[in-house]
Amino acid sequence: MLNWKSSALSLTLVLAPALYITAQEPTVRPGRGGGSDKGDKGITAAITGSKEDPAAFERGAKAYTQNCAGCHGATGRGSVGAPDLIRSILVLDDEKGILIAPVIRDGRPDAGMPKLPLTEPQIADIVAWLHVQTYAAGHRSTYAYQDVLTGDAKKGEAYFNATCKGCHSATGDLKGIGGRYDAFSLQAKWLQPRGGRGGGTSAKSATTVTVTLPNGEKISGVLDRIDDFSVSLKDSSGDYRSFTREGATPKVDIHDPMKPHLDLLAKYTDPDIHNVTAYLVTLK
Amino acid sequence: MKFLLASLFTTAAFAQLNSATILKPPPDSWPTFNGDYSGKRFSPLKQVNDSNVHDLALSWSTRFNLGGGGGRGLSIKSTPLLVNGILYFTAPNNVWAADARTGHELWHYEYPPNTGSTIGNRGVGMYGNWLYFETPDSNLVSLDARTGKQRWKVQIADPKLDYTSTVAPVVVGNHIIVGIGGDHLDNPGFLQSRDPETGALQWKWWTTPRKGDPNMDTWPDEYSAAHGTGQAWIPGTYDPELNLYIVGTGNPNPVMAEKSRKGDNLYTCSIVAINPDTGKLVWYFQPSPHDVHDWDAVETPILFDGVIDGKPRKLVAQASRNGYFFVLDRVTGKALVTKPFIETVNWAKGLDAKGQPIPDPKKFPSTDGVLVSPSSNGATNWPAPSYDPETGLFYVGTSRSWSMYYLTDTDDHPEGWGGLDSTVGNDGNALLAIDYKTGNTVWRHDWPSGSGVVHNLSTAGKLLFTSNGNNFIAFNAATGKILWHAGLMAAPSAGAITYMLDGKQFVLICAADSLYAFTVNQPVK
Repeated sequence: MLNWKSSALSLTLVLAPALYITAQEPTVRPGRGGGSDKGDKGITAAITGSKEDPAAFERGAKAYTQNCAGCHGATGRGSVGAPDLIRSILVLDDEKGILIAPVIRDGRPDAGMPKLPLTEPQIADIVAWLHVQTYAAGHRSTYAYQDVLTGDAKKGEAYFNATCKGCHSATGDLKGIGGRYDAFSLQAKWLQPRGGRGGGTSAKSATTVTVTLPNGEKISGVLDRIDDFSVSLKDSSGDYRSFTREGATPKVDIHDPMKPHLDLLAKYTDPDIHNVTAYLVTLK
Repeated sequence: MKFLLASLFTTAAFAQLNSATILKPPPDSWPTFNGDYSGKRFSPLKQVNDSNVHDLALSWSTRFNLGGGGGRGLSIKSTPLLVNGILYFTAPNNVWAADARTGHELWHYEYPPNTGSTIGNRGVGMYGNWLYFETPDSNLVSLDARTGKQRWKVQIADPKLDYTSTVAPVVVGNHIIVGIGGDHLDNPGFLQSRDPETGALQWKWWTTPRKGDPNMDTWPDEYSAAHGTGQAWIPGTYDPELNLYIVGTGNPNPVMAEKSRKGDNLYTCSIVAINPDTGKLVWYFQPSPHDVHDWDAVETPILFDGVIDGKPRKLVAQASRNGYFFVLDRVTGKALVTKPFIETVNWAKGLDAKGQPIPDPKKFPSTDGVLVSPSSNGATNWPAPSYDPETGLFYVGTSRSWSMYYLTDTDDHPEGWGGLDSTVGNDGNALLAIDYKTGNTVWRHDWPSGSGVVHNLSTAGKLLFTSNGNNFIAFNAATGKILWHAGLMAAPSAGAITYMLDGKQFVLICAADSLYAFTVNQPVK
């Protein structure tokens, strides 16, 4: 499916930051409610990233569909007898149409590709379209998640009641959560409530620590940082305290309120996950 | 001053680095990526040892300015080479030479800015007086080690096809063996051997079969095999007796969308043994048949001799990114041990007759997501493992990570990555000491925070050097007890090396843009 038609320009600015997410990080995008319209986002991000003119891309898409898609396929990925243009070395090596334009202009009669009755501006538009396509394939930051709403909300509710109710309530802390995130973001968020985009640590989810000194004195607070050689915290009066660690001294006990989420990762089945997401989106 | 100049002059007149030196590196050298061909990263030095390591102190530290196309934020991810008292190390687009006794910079080569990825550079290879360096835009550059002046450069791959080159070239005889990286546009993977004097191509081995080759039936067709990638982006190891270059290959492409590449997809995610004179494949073993999770099997395959089932054997071991530890007979490539080294792995249905994990199709990326451990970053990754022949333990930094793997490209002809993974948690990071005979963990150290996938170096001083966060740490290699640490200004970014110069053992570590050298101070005579 070609999804280039809708409002490419309006989305461009919104999605530009996604391009700077490094390859190893999860590419969570801000949601707009609903998970089925992500295709537009992907190609829009690719237009921005490839620095092609969005108007040229749109004209190129039409010209490509009319003149090229019959043989090279709707997405340029080829068909029997016509090569994949996205993996074409000539296309990948091209800059500003220097290599591509002559092929479109003159055809490749020996390979069965006809000369096409296209104007030079039309050829330039098709070149822009191709460059966006190769950029989109080659850059994960432009990839768009598809629909994650495949689960059974009723089964999800049963799972929620059996597993999550000890800490959460559909009418309490999670009231309205289905309206605050699109389905993909919601799935990412409930699986890993800490972290993620802009995910600060609230007082409720903060990891706390108790340090027991050799004389028996206990100092507790919000964990600041810990490694094998030191531990630091902020106590209830807001004072920063830091301690040298040497092996088991002093005794350090850490309490992470999010640990149950971590422990559940080894227990979920994939249907459990999809069902719970399907249930949580109903909490409007 | 005169004395100094004279000694510099004699240094320059030292014997050139030759094959014999690389085969048996003297203790005042570290002439290859792993120190020697075996990949053990084990040093016989023991001036610094378990009884005095608490006195290990900074001898020198030097910050190096990144230039050329380097830019800010780049790290020295190269293991330095040490030859004739001079260190050679790199960052993308940058090569330096520095005095190993003092950290004093001797020269700095800057490669011109270019559009290649600057994700990392693992270092230089050396032959005679010549250095070999891969650039982000996939050129192999040869430098004169005495001056840092460029001798020549040759293109090894087309950077516009998304190739990027990070590998430290490996010198075997008169072969400069280079690999490449880049897996975003389904481009063919290969190893090349280049002539040390001219850079001319000696041979090229495709990491996937071509028409008429064996194992083409592990791909649907020639087209999918030719676009199957499998980049070998970490230097391999070499057995001079068997004359085998043993190296790991990366993931198949499209990375997470497997619809158009049904089959085992040889020789991606494989450990392969290549004859370095001919470029011909001798044997292979595939840690991840039909990988869909980006689990490159490039982690250093370490060569050592040992006894399994009462029989002395020539072995090769890898802790693979997919979470499994493998020990193979390196004469035949047959698996002797296969065992998961993190408890969370959940993607295989069992093992096949060859000892290879059988991937569970239920854990292939889907549009609504599947939960898999480890994440695409892996249970481990390229940071160096180490094998200590005195403890018989294999040391590796690990992470028990979880990700949701999503299919994003549902086209019948998916391209590039075709999917994404979104991390959802980490059950912890640990340093493991693994018994090669069983794959069982003999001791472990769970880190309270910070990354677990870090570099290792073991020594005959009964020590294991590794890191966590900004801390450079020494363990008792046999017991797993921490004996020493130093907080650096950044997290160590490459493998530590150790060497003896003028009667003093140095332990050297790179962290971001700086090098730190530690010694145990000796009594004043």
